[in-house]
Amino acid sequence: MLKTNTVRWWIWLMYGGLIIYAIVTFIPFLWALSASFKPLSEISASGGNFIPQEFTLENYKAIFAQEPLFGRWLFNSAIVAIFVTLFNLLFNSMAGYALARIQFPGNRLFFFLVLAVLVVPAQITLLPKFLILKFLGWLNSYQGLVVPTVVNATFIFMMRQFFVNFPKELEEAAQLDGLNRFETFFQIVLPLAKPALAAQTIFIFMSSWNDFLLPLVVMSNPEMFTLPIGLNAFKGQYITYWNYIMAASMVFTLPALIIYAFFNRYFIQGVTFTGGKS
Amino acid sequence: MKQKSREALSGYAFMTPAIVILGVFLALPVIYAIVLSFYRVQLLGEVDFRFAGLRNFIRIQDDERVWIALANTIQYVAIVVPIQTILALVLALLLNAKIRGRSWFRVAFFLPTVTSSAVLTLIFMWIYNSNGLLNNFLDAVGLPTYNWLGDPQVALKGIMLMNIWATAPLFMVIYLAALQDIPESLYEAASIDGATTWEKFWCITLPFLKPVTFFVITIGIIGTFQLFDQSYIFSNGSGGPDNATLTIVLLIYQYAFNRLDMGYALALTLILALVIMLATLIQRYFFREESLD
Repeated sequence: MLKTNTVRWWIWLMYGGLIIYAIVTFIPFLWALSASFKPLSEISASGGNFIPQEFTLENYKAIFAQEPLFGRWLFNSAIVAIFVTLFNLLFNSMAGYALARIQFPGNRLFFFLVLAVLVVPAQITLLPKFLILKFLGWLNSYQGLVVPTVVNATFIFMMRQFFVNFPKELEEAAQLDGLNRFETFFQIVLPLAKPALAAQTIFIFMSSWNDFLLPLVVMSNPEMFTLPIGLNAFKGQYITYWNYIMAASMVFTLPALIIYAFFNRYFIQGVTFTGGKS
Repeated sequence: MKQKSREALSGYAFMTPAIVILGVFLALPVIYAIVLSFYRVQLLGEVDFRFAGLRNFIRIQDDERVWIALANTIQYVAIVVPIQTILALVLALLLNAKIRGRSWFRVAFFLPTVTSSAVLTLIFMWIYNSNGLLNNFLDAVGLPTYNWLGDPQVALKGIMLMNIWATAPLFMVIYLAALQDIPESLYEAASIDGATTWEKFWCITLPFLKPVTFFVITIGIIGTFQLFDQSYIFSNGSGGPDNATLTIVLLIYQYAFNRLDMGYALALTLILALVIMLATLIQRYFFREESLD
């Protein structure tokens, strides 16, 4: 392919485009990161420089000291995201496995229902969900955020596709060894589903960690806010203190970045999976 | 026979969590939403229901803010969806070429997709603020600075720009996956027949990408119609300046939780669902038409 000069010219154009786009991607983050290490005086003076003239960690100390609930919000977000992720991994895999492998009356009907659920816009269910949670007395509680989101139809579907293509021989061998369905599933099948589970982990964790609308509706007590809601309240109080807001934003982004860096390989695979199936 | 019923039993056991949760928090809410939209539901401490017939739906006609929100949202969808789809396709085509550092670029482009909408909105509000990066840049090159956050003419466009930037990489990856499924032999055959790069793109790549494009546009439409987080954070929940960032979901939120008028908010929700379904159907119709020739 790389023979003539015209081809070379295209290659340079491609690199140029990609690098410019990468810069466009990074600039907002770099500027926010640098602001989180600047004193407010430097930000108000000009703010245009990317390297802080006076590097300080004060903003990070201040957000925890001045907003005593900040640590609590971080904790709330972590608890909710971790439990939501674990339950999703378990429940979606179980349902996906049953739909792919177990013969029971109604199997096809349930599969059809899962597909139907995929096309329901999430916002339709928001207000009734609020009323149901209110009825259950679960507003301002962890279970109010966790329980409605412990199952995800998209990933039931994804796990089903994964298990359909799974070699049957292993399970048959396990059953000959006298393992029942549960033992087969937990000891043989689930450990072999790691790539699919990793992709699911990253998607579910991210969407729970970053979710704004449901926590906004369910949590009205500031002690029960998750980070996105807390951050918004924080913005309201400190709108001119961009140094604090940016430090808080960076604290919020870091855990998601770590998870992303760790599971990055599977993230792309997971997108591929959902994209390729339509 | 016994084996069979044991099998069925374990099947139901595996399905139970999914059935219970999807039933209580998805199927029930959909039915509830439809029923309650015909009620007057007041949320003052206790929930109070009163049958209202079609009154909630009739009220929509005279509600000026509904039409503003609808116009804003449709404008948002009509501008964001095509641009982010084309950008995603271009980025995917660039990354699909055999160049160095591909995986590095992929990871880099993905950063906004991983970051929460709350953080992105705050960062962009700061970039747009009167002392922010955008004005700094304009100032540096000698152009006049501007109050980007306060002008109703540009507020929604600022959110559009941010969303295109944040969402295009996700669709880029979906396109990349699809591009890798196109058999190399098709291009080789076309080369032998003397096809140019452009002809190959037009006659092989694009037709192959049609199903993925349908998926990307559908997801894009559904996503943009549901715009909420950015508008809410941007305007402190008001939809301002001067209703410029008022979207349908934000309006629904305001009616439900500020004015505590659930029934009317639910009627609006059903209208939104209808509009989304209609938009997807129209989109599908156009794709069908095209695939006929």
